[in-house]
Amino acid sequence: MNEFFILMKQELVITLIIFILLFIKLSSKQWSNEKVLVLINVLLLLNLAAGFLFPDTGDLFGDMYRTNPLMAFEKNILNLGTLLISLQSYNWLKTHKHVPEFYMLLLSTLLGMFFMISSRHMLMFYLALELSTIPLAAMANFDLEKRRSSEAAFKMIISSAFASGLLLFGISLLYGATGALSFSALGETLRQYSPLHILGFIFVLSGFGFKISAVPFHLWTADVYEGAPVAVTSYLSVISKGAILFVFVTVLSTVFSVYGSSWYFMLYFLSVLTMIIGNLFAIRQQNMKRFLAFSSIAQVGFILIGITGQSLEGNVSVVYFVLVYIFSNLAAFGVISLISAVTGKETIDDYKGLYKTNPLLTWVLALALFSLAGIPPTAGFFGKFFLLLAGAGQGNYILIAIAALNMVISLYYYLRVVKAMFMDPNDHPIETIQADWKPKLALAICVIGLLITGLASGAYQYIYSLFVLN
Amino acid sequence: MSGIPIYQILIVSTALFFIGMYGLFTRRNMITMLMSVELILNSVNINFVVFNKYLYPGQLDGLFFTIFIIAIAAAEAAVGIAIIINLYRNHQSIDVEDASEMKY
Repeated sequence: MNEFFILMKQELVITLIIFILLFIKLSSKQWSNEKVLVLINVLLLLNLAAGFLFPDTGDLFGDMYRTNPLMAFEKNILNLGTLLISLQSYNWLKTHKHVPEFYMLLLSTLLGMFFMISSRHMLMFYLALELSTIPLAAMANFDLEKRRSSEAAFKMIISSAFASGLLLFGISLLYGATGALSFSALGETLRQYSPLHILGFIFVLSGFGFKISAVPFHLWTADVYEGAPVAVTSYLSVISKGAILFVFVTVLSTVFSVYGSSWYFMLYFLSVLTMIIGNLFAIRQQNMKRFLAFSSIAQVGFILIGITGQSLEGNVSVVYFVLVYIFSNLAAFGVISLISAVTGKETIDDYKGLYKTNPLLTWVLALALFSLAGIPPTAGFFGKFFLLLAGAGQGNYILIAIAALNMVISLYYYLRVVKAMFMDPNDHPIETIQADWKPKLALAICVIGLLITGLASGAYQYIYSLFVLN
Repeated sequence: MSGIPIYQILIVSTALFFIGMYGLFTRRNMITMLMSVELILNSVNINFVVFNKYLYPGQLDGLFFTIFIIAIAAAEAAVGIAIIINLYRNHQSIDVEDASEMKY
């Protein structure tokens, strides 16, 4: 019983917070938005701190659930990202009518992601995946009166339902071929190549492809990112994608490790397509959210290179990149969400001349974009460097060359935004933004994280040691 | 029961899967698209039950999986219909061609 509480502590804390919110919503006393927001931010901070206590290794529920220090660390990364998003969206939520509901949905999806990271059984994995996507579709619809918001939500629920249909069909074929559903048993029985195994694997891979928005399956991403409220967009592009990537790495390296040589070529193909198409579409975007959506598709291409490395270093570099990506993307989305909440402006043309009126925000956004492009002093450079290094371990230098070319292309469109902000004249620039201290604190944490994880080598080594321990 | 060979049932379930996929891509009515997704999930259910019954009669894993899929599909449909109702209030239509503000 004691073991149960210690091993599942992160999930239990989240569940507790959801219940507290439920009672706040149901209580007869009317809570003001400020009060709820302060309370929930304090609770999220406590949740983040509690995640670092008592790291332990163990299995629960007959091998369905497993936790170890690495998984606890991955969950802590997600906790940190959620706290940052919650602080950043303060200005937007302050005037919203449904604050407790928003956080209930947000934390349900986080709970789903935690279970997904810890799952060791296909049934557990499927349930956790659905818990983490169905409430997200409801969250995408949170600007209830906006047409775009509901359109985005519909696109999201249909494509995620279809994706989980594909995934399930693949799982059912694998079940038929092997009679096993737990990851370890599947990994042991999937020894030889049979057509049914490969077909099942392709279906599972396409299901994952939808969720991480790799290119042939990316069509929903840009629309959902553009239509959803900014807080939800940043949550989707950072937290949700990060969690799926963690699980993707686990599934590939435990269940399908035997098929390494065949999924190497599938991922090779996917990552080349993802990088090229993501970058080329990002060039022509005018809306900042849509622009970041395509840039995040392109980033997934780079992450897939790290996974094709099929080595310990490859898996470490994926987790490290997600950590760096959380800081850089949340810094960018933090600035965008502040400007969008105060002025409602979201296109790149509106950002012209931003430096004249908001120098500090401009620097933060520029730094975030440099990190996304991978320019040396920021953490993004090291993230990409480790991914490519892991990919190069396979000896396929064509892939690395294509990736390097794509980094040059991506530099063009990131610098386009920077140029618009610093150099282009504008008769009606965005007025000076008066922000609360909470979004500012979140931006400061992101900037510090960007520089610290880039300059201190400790982070990468720490993740490496966790993987070795695993 | 024992007279029906397994491959016939698998043909039915695979056909159901691709009918659902076809419906999802060609239908223009949102409710029908949701129904097509349900077809896909039901074909998976048939797969699980058949594999469990014919190939691994000693286990219950496949049957359990089916029960969970049915429950999740209901939840998915509930959220989907709620979103469609809200979309109808904003667009006055549930034709996907009308919900096309964001493209490229």
